[in-house]
Amino acid sequence: MNEMTKLTAKDFASDQEVRWCPGCGDYAILKAVQRTMPELGADPARTVFVSGIGCSSRFPYYMETYGFHTIHGRAPAIATGVKLANPDLDVWIITGDGDALSIGGNHTMHLLRRNLNCQILLFNNEIYGLTKGQYSPTSRVGTRSPSTPFGSVDRPVRPCAFALGSGARFVARAIDVSKQLPEVLKAAHAHQGAAFVEIFQNCIVYNDDVFAPFTARENSGKQLWLKAGEPMLFDNGTKGLTLDREALNLKVVEVADGDWQSAGVIVHDPTNRAVAHMLIDMPIGSFPMALGVIYDDPRPTFESAVLRQNAEAAAGKAADLQALVSRGQTWEVEKEPRKA
Amino acid sequence: MATARHFVTPEESRSTEAPESVVVRFAGDSGDGIQLTGGQFTLSTALAGNDLATFPDFPAEIRAPQGTTFGVSAFQINFGSAAIETAGDAPDVLVALNPAALKVNMDAVNPGGLIIVDEGEFGARNLAKAGFENNPLEDDTLARWQVMRLNISQLTLDAVKPFGLGNKEALRCKNMWTLGLALWMFDRDRAPLIDWLKAKFAKAPELAEANIAALNAGHAYGETAELSGQFARHHIGAAPVAPGLYRTVTGVEAISLGLVAGAKLAGLPMFFGGYPITPASAILHHLARLKEYGVTTFQAEDEIAAIAAAIGASFAGSLGVTSSSGPGIALKGEAMGLAIMTELPLVIVNSQRGGPSTGLPTKTEQSDLYQAVYGRHGDAPLPVIAARSPADAFDCAIEACRIAVQYMTPVMLLTDGYIANAAEPWRVPDMASYEPFPVAFHATPPAEGESVNPYVRDGKLARVWIKPGTPGLMHRIGGIEKNATTGHIDYAPSNHQAMTELRARKVLNVADTIPPIEPCLGEAGAKLAVVGWGSTFGPIHQAVRRALAHGRSVAHVHLRHIWPLPKNLGDLLRTYDRIIVPEMNNGQLKTLLRDQYLVDARPVTKVAGQPFKIAEIEAVIEEALA
Repeated sequence: MNEMTKLTAKDFASDQEVRWCPGCGDYAILKAVQRTMPELGADPARTVFVSGIGCSSRFPYYMETYGFHTIHGRAPAIATGVKLANPDLDVWIITGDGDALSIGGNHTMHLLRRNLNCQILLFNNEIYGLTKGQYSPTSRVGTRSPSTPFGSVDRPVRPCAFALGSGARFVARAIDVSKQLPEVLKAAHAHQGAAFVEIFQNCIVYNDDVFAPFTARENSGKQLWLKAGEPMLFDNGTKGLTLDREALNLKVVEVADGDWQSAGVIVHDPTNRAVAHMLIDMPIGSFPMALGVIYDDPRPTFESAVLRQNAEAAAGKAADLQALVSRGQTWEVEKEPRKA
Repeated sequence: MATARHFVTPEESRSTEAPESVVVRFAGDSGDGIQLTGGQFTLSTALAGNDLATFPDFPAEIRAPQGTTFGVSAFQINFGSAAIETAGDAPDVLVALNPAALKVNMDAVNPGGLIIVDEGEFGARNLAKAGFENNPLEDDTLARWQVMRLNISQLTLDAVKPFGLGNKEALRCKNMWTLGLALWMFDRDRAPLIDWLKAKFAKAPELAEANIAALNAGHAYGETAELSGQFARHHIGAAPVAPGLYRTVTGVEAISLGLVAGAKLAGLPMFFGGYPITPASAILHHLARLKEYGVTTFQAEDEIAAIAAAIGASFAGSLGVTSSSGPGIALKGEAMGLAIMTELPLVIVNSQRGGPSTGLPTKTEQSDLYQAVYGRHGDAPLPVIAARSPADAFDCAIEACRIAVQYMTPVMLLTDGYIANAAEPWRVPDMASYEPFPVAFHATPPAEGESVNPYVRDGKLARVWIKPGTPGLMHRIGGIEKNATTGHIDYAPSNHQAMTELRARKVLNVADTIPPIEPCLGEAGAKLAVVGWGSTFGPIHQAVRRALAHGRSVAHVHLRHIWPLPKNLGDLLRTYDRIIVPEMNNGQLKTLLRDQYLVDARPVTKVAGQPFKIAEIEAVIEEALA
């Protein structure tokens, strides 16, 4: 896009009527994405949104880009085909907790380990919304739902821990309505490789306020927004994280008068995988919720490796179809057929 | 190297050995126990009720110098279900236990036949003794045959390790290992051999046990490595009637080459998504080596991802292809629905095997016809075509690509375990004689104020194909029902009715480009039609040929297009008094023919993991005409 045709958020909104429940967190995410696209200099014609099935997966219909609303859980696999067929396309995967981690868990794992260059936005609302409120793989133990009237008994998966364990080289977290979401999206887009973003998304109908322990206004002190090279401070800089060298784990410390150095607060290094694991696993309550870019350490992408190998294997070889079918040992039949 | 080839007339092919026979030659060093192996194989073959003839061929010396060509010992057996008059002219299978045995015997093997070699013996010294300048396993010396390289020496040593034999003694069990493999390949009983070994080595039970272990290990190898039992089965190839350049081709080779050719004729790069499964994996292996032809192969994490990635690639403007066998095809079912709904081109290859479930993974069957034609959720028609032989699979693969891109639809190409692994002589096609079917992507943005409609159709009812990346044509597609005019989400009852009918009509329109069907033997209006599809072509054709020679009023009608069927098929079938449908399933094409034409098609079924025998079809022809 040249300067003359500078796009705005409106240019990324399709003419389709948005049909989520009033008050759904998806609206805020849609706005944030539409607002961020022009800042990324995105070309709508080279942008593809691929989704699976679920409330979140309606997303592509509302973006004035190319879009593919696919089948439950398979968006990562379809996106892999799109990107391998045309690596110039900027591919965004929109998925949910059930879509990405239950029915599509296998594909999510393999997309991350292969490191396909794309952005994965996982809208986590800890519930199945479109099918009317069953508990999901991220629902906490004891979640009461139509399918678990006495409370769920199985332990939830932590999306970012799953991603990191699958080999993801970029893991971030954000909140649907937070101002920081566009910055996280930009960082994800800037990362070369699979960028995994978990977005806490409030389902106003089936799981309202499930993230209130850190998203409610009175609990904003529980949000730790990570920034590379900056100390891990939260609650208006009155608290921080340090490394408990005895337990080899993170520990919350009080910070007096902004003197985080003497409190031993550690500085965020997004390339430190071990610390990323600890940040992701902090239990909410005694610890804050780690948000922002938790881990960012690029490696070569899948499609670049495939492309390079294809080019190397093809180098110097002519694609002569006649030669191909004539390969191997051949022999000539010269006689005319005898009449039977 | 070009060699002259004897031209076989239909009479000659009838007058020679029964086509259900197989010729196997064991060859090795005279110390390898070849004659013993051959003798025991003969015994088990006779016990299996086959007629047979053998030809032992061994050197005059009791122990000629090891590894030399004149020290080669061979044993040939021709066995089959019909009368056998000779030991067979040319082996279908050669077991060569060292380079010298290969050197002496390979030229006798039928083109496309199977050569099993003990690669553990192919060291520099043995190669030199046999007079090979280069290792024939490394160059194209053996290109005319199927070659199975096994380190039989090492596998035997491993098998007999528990019995504490010396190296030399242990290697003497090699013949029993080989025999075990051969018994597996031809489905022979091991029990009489085990009894014989126990009796022979009554005074040295550890030798008996070691030999039995080797025998069992060879047998187990065939079973667990999923070597196809079809390799050696004699099949009725198309008689090489026309002069020209020939080569041998297996079904998987022909399909791979046909897919490459099809994508080229469409002017598209090919994207192939696959997941390992017997007997379909070999297509992935072949294509993975053809990157210079614009082929990208992707071994996915599962069958679903394999087809999903192929659909994604088609959306992005490549020709998406996926391949599997029955169980994997079942897993792909939901994604096929998506490809049908979004009207994207896609080729799905099903190498059928015995089912259901894991079933008989290495044995052949044609039992996925219902799955191909009917086996999806919703009203979800897609074109289905079936290859009749390894060579025919080339043209069928091209045809599948053509239909997929011209009609914007997934297409199912059916083959089976027999076609996949069998080889036959193939007249090298002249690629210039194939009509290209280049794809024209839609690239014209709509007029100001008009919206993009990806569901605009041509006269065939195929929708436009718009490649992401094209400026001004951004659009969204998905699995939700579309408005017939705008392509937007539309659940309206009348719209779903219209779209369901439209998708069905589009697929039926494919019949406009299918040539009318004619009997491939016999005439319209005969008393009996034998209707077949897929790999039953060989036995049906031979049986009908013999029946015609006996003056019977019979015709062979063989279908390539299973859905939609050729437009004149109903009229043709109604010219016959009787119709029988031999197929390797429980009567699936029979159902389709009855459903479409209300004709009295009678089933002739066989689900034994084995192809039909000619004699079996001859018998049902006689019965039907009685």
